[in-house]
Amino acid sequence: MTALLATESLSLRFGGLDALSGVTLEIPELSLFAVIGPNGAGKTSLFNCLTGFYRPSSGSVTFDGHDITRLPAHQVAALGIRRTFQNVRVFPRLSARENVLIGAHLRASASPWGTVFGTPGMRRRERALADEAQHWLDYVGLGDKANVLAADLAYGVRKRLEVARALIARPRVLLLDEPAAGVSSVERDELADVIQRTWESGVTVVIIEHDVELVMQLAKTVAVLDRGRLLVEGEPEAVRNDERVIEAYLGRRRR
Amino acid sequence: MPRESKDLAAPSEITPTALSDVEQPPASGLNVALSRLHPGLPVALVALGLAAFLPALVQNTYVVSVAMQVEILMCLALGLNFVVGLCGMLDLGFAAFFAIGSYTTGLLSVDSHWPILATVPVAVVASLIGAVFIGTPTLRLRSDYLAVITLGFGEIIQNIVTNLNQTGGPEGISGIAPLSVAGLTINSTAGYFYVFLVLTVLFTWVSYRVRRSRLGRAWLAIREDEDTAHAMGIKVHRFKLYAYMAGSVYGSITGSLYGAAFIAIAPPSFGFSESLLVVMAVAMGGIGSIWGALLGAGVVIASPEIFRQFATARLLVFGFLLVLIMVLRPQGIWPETGLGLERRARSVARSVRGFARPSTRRSGGRAQ
Repeated sequence: MTALLATESLSLRFGGLDALSGVTLEIPELSLFAVIGPNGAGKTSLFNCLTGFYRPSSGSVTFDGHDITRLPAHQVAALGIRRTFQNVRVFPRLSARENVLIGAHLRASASPWGTVFGTPGMRRRERALADEAQHWLDYVGLGDKANVLAADLAYGVRKRLEVARALIARPRVLLLDEPAAGVSSVERDELADVIQRTWESGVTVVIIEHDVELVMQLAKTVAVLDRGRLLVEGEPEAVRNDERVIEAYLGRRRR
Repeated sequence: MPRESKDLAAPSEITPTALSDVEQPPASGLNVALSRLHPGLPVALVALGLAAFLPALVQNTYVVSVAMQVEILMCLALGLNFVVGLCGMLDLGFAAFFAIGSYTTGLLSVDSHWPILATVPVAVVASLIGAVFIGTPTLRLRSDYLAVITLGFGEIIQNIVTNLNQTGGPEGISGIAPLSVAGLTINSTAGYFYVFLVLTVLFTWVSYRVRRSRLGRAWLAIREDEDTAHAMGIKVHRFKLYAYMAGSVYGSITGSLYGAAFIAIAPPSFGFSESLLVVMAVAMGGIGSIWGALLGAGVVIASPEIFRQFATARLLVFGFLLVLIMVLRPQGIWPETGLGLERRARSVARSVRGFARPSTRRSGGRAQ
């Protein structure tokens, strides 16, 4: 299996702080890949470098064999890499449906004539897109919330809305930043189900997660970051029992 | 909490509506049309119906001319609504585009004897050039900085037309030809009232269409969260420029016809106070809301006229009203999320039910 998304000795420095140092990762196509690590390990920084939100200080990011290190976020999105955010960033004063429709920005009709005058063709395409938005809302279990303002949705529900907004773009890679953080256990299971189904439908999924149970349940490969470095990469069970990982999370065992 | 567990119980494998739509027989045209009606539409139609007969009903040139000024501000407010309301950029120099439209039409009409309608496309192009020229370098700035730059742009345009001999200096331009459409020359206040009525309806309709298109959604995304908009693949800087350009088109078309309606134009009509009036109309009505922009324009123009009975204190009363609206309804008179009448009715119903049958938790709390 070839790597779909890869980093080569990726480093990110903020002043004197090394958020990432020399991270080399290969995320194979169609994998369900998890990045774990203690707080401040650089997981979200890694995501931000992968999606064009941060420019790494050195190193490179490649997607499908192309160098995307210096591409701005909107071009990275156009390549088919979509993400959710750790602190849930839905568009608060817009309805759930509109949130999802915005996710389909690059697929929506941009005809200037149709935009201004609402030609029948434009209306038809918009209707088809709205139907598709409804499909993705149903997919994440928000079918009855299409007209609710995102700000009025519960926290866990907004997380699923973010997933629907990413999926309508038909991404090749979906990056989920702590999908289960701050979510009730029932919602967590629902989310796990959504992630599982999405992966099965042929989307490469990368998740950052603190919830070890969720990671063990879903991920096929786990990479552990600690203080900006890649500590271990491997199968969930092997990673779980790795001395270095236990040490990073719990500290050095007293002898 | 019970609401949440209901969400979760919702089946996750529902047939996509795209498929079920295909299988269903097409609904009757009338039903579909009715279901798609915007809640504001009946109000708008009634208002439009009244407006259509206003000159005949009141037979009073003063009232009709105030109504025309309301329409002019409505057109401008709809234009600024793209920039401030949908895209979330504070523009304090919107009158610049109004000036570019007016002066382009004025100069072409007086010096070159162009018919008014022929000057409109030229005015639009001129304002688009202005928008791209100013917008390209500055729209990357955020909030306050952008507000200062646009304020400066407004001042620059006003100073240019005040100081250039070609634009008539402080006296401005007079003798602009009346608008003639299909051989019909319009030279009465009532006539221009109808011209601006048509323009307002046209602008409202286009605003409505754009709001529901990819373009409008991209603007809203930028307003709500610029970084996330990037992550959706939206070219943020380009779409900000589009918003600015769309606003400039509305501003300049309104300006063109304004010149024809008032025969003479002069720099004081295009100053900061005019820009501020437009911002006020948008903010009063409800940022981002089309109906809000229309209502806001009505309040901003009509209330000082109504307060004439307070003589010298009328602007004081007007100011007080504006403060009152902003304190009582910071989201505007008609916010984009709707008037919330249904939501309010539901919450009233809920509290009434709550009084009739206190929840167990509340009574339990009292018992303790």
